[in-house]
Amino acid sequence: MTRVTMTVNGRQMSAETEGRTLLSSYLRDLLGLTGTHVGCDTSQCGACVVLVDGKAVKSCTAFAGDLEGAEVTTVEGMANPDGSLGRIQQAFQDYHGLQCGFCTPGMVMSTAALLAENPTPTEEEVRHYLEGNICRCTGYQNIVRAVMAASGQDAGALAAE
Amino acid sequence: MYNFELVKPSTLAEAVAALAGEDAQPLSGGQTLIPSMKARLNAPETLVSLTGIAELKGVSRSGDTLTIGAATTHADVAEQAAADFPGLAALAGQIGDPAVRNRGTIGGSLANNDPSACYPAAALGTGATIVTNTREIAADDYFQGMFTTALEEGEIITAVRFSIPQASAYAKFLQPASRFALTGVFVAQYASGVRVAVTGASENGVFRWAEAEAALSSDFTPDAIAGLSCPADEMIADLHGSAAYRAHLVGVMTRRAVIAAG
Repeated sequence: MTRVTMTVNGRQMSAETEGRTLLSSYLRDLLGLTGTHVGCDTSQCGACVVLVDGKAVKSCTAFAGDLEGAEVTTVEGMANPDGSLGRIQQAFQDYHGLQCGFCTPGMVMSTAALLAENPTPTEEEVRHYLEGNICRCTGYQNIVRAVMAASGQDAGALAAE
Repeated sequence: MYNFELVKPSTLAEAVAALAGEDAQPLSGGQTLIPSMKARLNAPETLVSLTGIAELKGVSRSGDTLTIGAATTHADVAEQAAADFPGLAALAGQIGDPAVRNRGTIGGSLANNDPSACYPAAALGTGATIVTNTREIAADDYFQGMFTTALEEGEIITAVRFSIPQASAYAKFLQPASRFALTGVFVAQYASGVRVAVTGASENGVFRWAEAEAALSSDFTPDAIAGLSCPADEMIADLHGSAAYRAHLVGVMTRRAVIAAG
């Protein structure tokens, strides 16, 4: 067992890990941060996306021991300090950007990575960036609306599908 | 997945030493290796992470040569090679999805040599040099069939050196579920001639399409290859496309790549 320490949502956290402990398991099982979801566990679906040093990463496809000292942000870190929904989360609620909600943590984190790189993306850029995040409720139209709204753009201007 | 010991050296020398151990394998971005370990297709006793070795990272230009550290991620190549070698940067920016590109590396992709991966097309299509901890290998000698390369046990790719072409482009027909290439073609124009490398199509992995190279070397236009067709022998056939379909795509994607490069 090896003790791995990371800064998770601004707080230093550590836990004893095995070599095979995935970042998703480190967050969920060892730190109790169950907001990060594991959907496919084969790096296809993107439900487990978190930010590692500011970049979107599939937490089911990275070993915790490889990320000693990393700064990690999970969906729990997206809320405002007072516990109210953060800007991206609020936009997902306002525009009904979720149905069953299972993919939502990954969608929110990928959106955070996108908007950090590109604060006012076009609809096409949003769809392209979210290609690695799958919603099996197929709620993409409202997800894209939510991302556009979170970026401060007019979500109502999107063409209906 | 079965458990293993993870070690994370900070220098190449330490990594080479660690890989000399019993049943040790290198771990780069892990975007292929970790899923294969979950499926128990691979069960090393020791994984030697290459992600903490600074000398294996970065993109640098010297004259007409672009050198990319083996542990440089696809996202970093897409960004840092864009000005010097746009054809390669565009290829890197089409691999997988953003999260995969933030972890996966050029060295990992070339070491794995998946028959449908994108980077082998760029390396073979430019005649790149694969630099390892012990030697330099020409791309023409490096790729030896599906998932097979000239690498020896314990040998680590440290960098890839590209001769920057006058014009180049990669045209990828996406397999949308896996995000690999159903068929992808990299074309590169040099003063000495044109190279054309095809991925995703052949059961023998990435290959050069010699007839198209000859035609494009005398006339670098889509019309030059209008009458050419790639034989369907030994092409991959699966539920996504027959051998004949892939052979057809080779021609289509070569034309698209020439147009994009022009």
